[in-house]
Amino acid sequence: MAYLNTSHSKIVAISSCVPKRIEKTTDYTHITSEEQDLFIKTTGIKERRVADKDVACSDLCYISAKSLIDKYNCADEIDIVIFVSQSPDYYLPATSILLQERLNLKKDCVAFDINLGCSGYVYGLSVMSNMLQSGQLKKGLLLVGDKSTTSTNFKDKSTYPLFGDAGTATLIEHSPNSSDWHFNLQSDGSGKNSIIIEHGQSRNPFDKTLDDMIEIEPGISRSKRNLVLDGMGIFNFALKEVAVNINTLFEKSNFTKEQVDFFVLHQANKLINESVRKKLKIEIEKVPYSIDLFGNTSSASIPLTMCYKMKEELQTKKLTLLMSGFGVGFSWGSVILRTENVYTNLLEYDRA
Amino acid sequence: MSIEQFTKNLEAEFEEVEPGTINPDTVFKHIKGWSSMHALIIIAFVDSNCDVLLTGADIKSAQTIRDLYSIVTEKLK
Repeated sequence: MAYLNTSHSKIVAISSCVPKRIEKTTDYTHITSEEQDLFIKTTGIKERRVADKDVACSDLCYISAKSLIDKYNCADEIDIVIFVSQSPDYYLPATSILLQERLNLKKDCVAFDINLGCSGYVYGLSVMSNMLQSGQLKKGLLLVGDKSTTSTNFKDKSTYPLFGDAGTATLIEHSPNSSDWHFNLQSDGSGKNSIIIEHGQSRNPFDKTLDDMIEIEPGISRSKRNLVLDGMGIFNFALKEVAVNINTLFEKSNFTKEQVDFFVLHQANKLINESVRKKLKIEIEKVPYSIDLFGNTSSASIPLTMCYKMKEELQTKKLTLLMSGFGVGFSWGSVILRTENVYTNLLEYDRA
Repeated sequence: MSIEQFTKNLEAEFEEVEPGTINPDTVFKHIKGWSSMHALIIIAFVDSNCDVLLTGADIKSAQTIRDLYSIVTEKLK
């Protein structure tokens, strides 16, 4: 367990951007209509947003960030940009640095990437709040998202219909009067094979066979550059670890479940999230979902769910939130924090 | 939970299955339309109802509902 708390940070606004193009599960012709029905029932995913081939995750994050910078007229005030993603623009340089320039931010700006998936938003919050808590840096942009559809193969029914694309921006500022944020962050590399893209980096470099299609089993064919997902492995990990992580956070932080207004969970799939919810004995009204319309959007799923489902509450109320991200790595973590009058928006990526 | 109740409750999780067609000796992987999604449904069902975590290996090694029940009871000891 890695319990930590940070102080003096405040979420000002959250923006999420998704591609305009919708792919419905019922249009996924690689599986039968019976399989489509079972997939929708089990995962909750009715449709997803899919970015065009030439659109990067950073484009979606850019649109989100630009909307917040314009609204708050704060381009000159951003002291730090963190980009959390597993779909960067390039092998190098870091995408955060490209976004610093693209967003017309000053050069006196810290910029770096964090390579995490489904746990990324919570980890990003922990790093950003640590960087802001002293007050030497005043405002930060946490840019979080993935273009997961780049790495899934249409002929792999175990991955293709699960993932959607999204990019988000969260404006966070140093705030001396804000209450502490409480984190419980965990890692277990023994789960590395449960979600992995094994080829194309330095461990297994590019080679000529990278795009060769391999049939794994009926309905599952993919190339070496594609994402491999062991659904049962992930499911077991989530059932074993997530509720325990959250309960430990309650013990350490002295918060209670009753004090939490919303539990915003990573949108893994409905069966996993409902199992976690039942383990924690939380009312369904306190657990918002976005997976039905956006699929599993990796690290973007928590802020996207907030923008999609909690706009009014976030903007008008003081809330105590628990967010929990879990997945690839394995990496997982939860945070309890308070919000007040957080502006949100949900945008569609428009090439024009 | 008796094996009869376990079988009945598990059958209710498979909405597309006609009620009363599954018994303890049913080879669950032969259920019409069986897929990896059903395996997840079984894991969630056992977790929620028995507070036991089945692994992928458990599901692979079991053939019948009775086999599953035995694994669950063994893990509860």
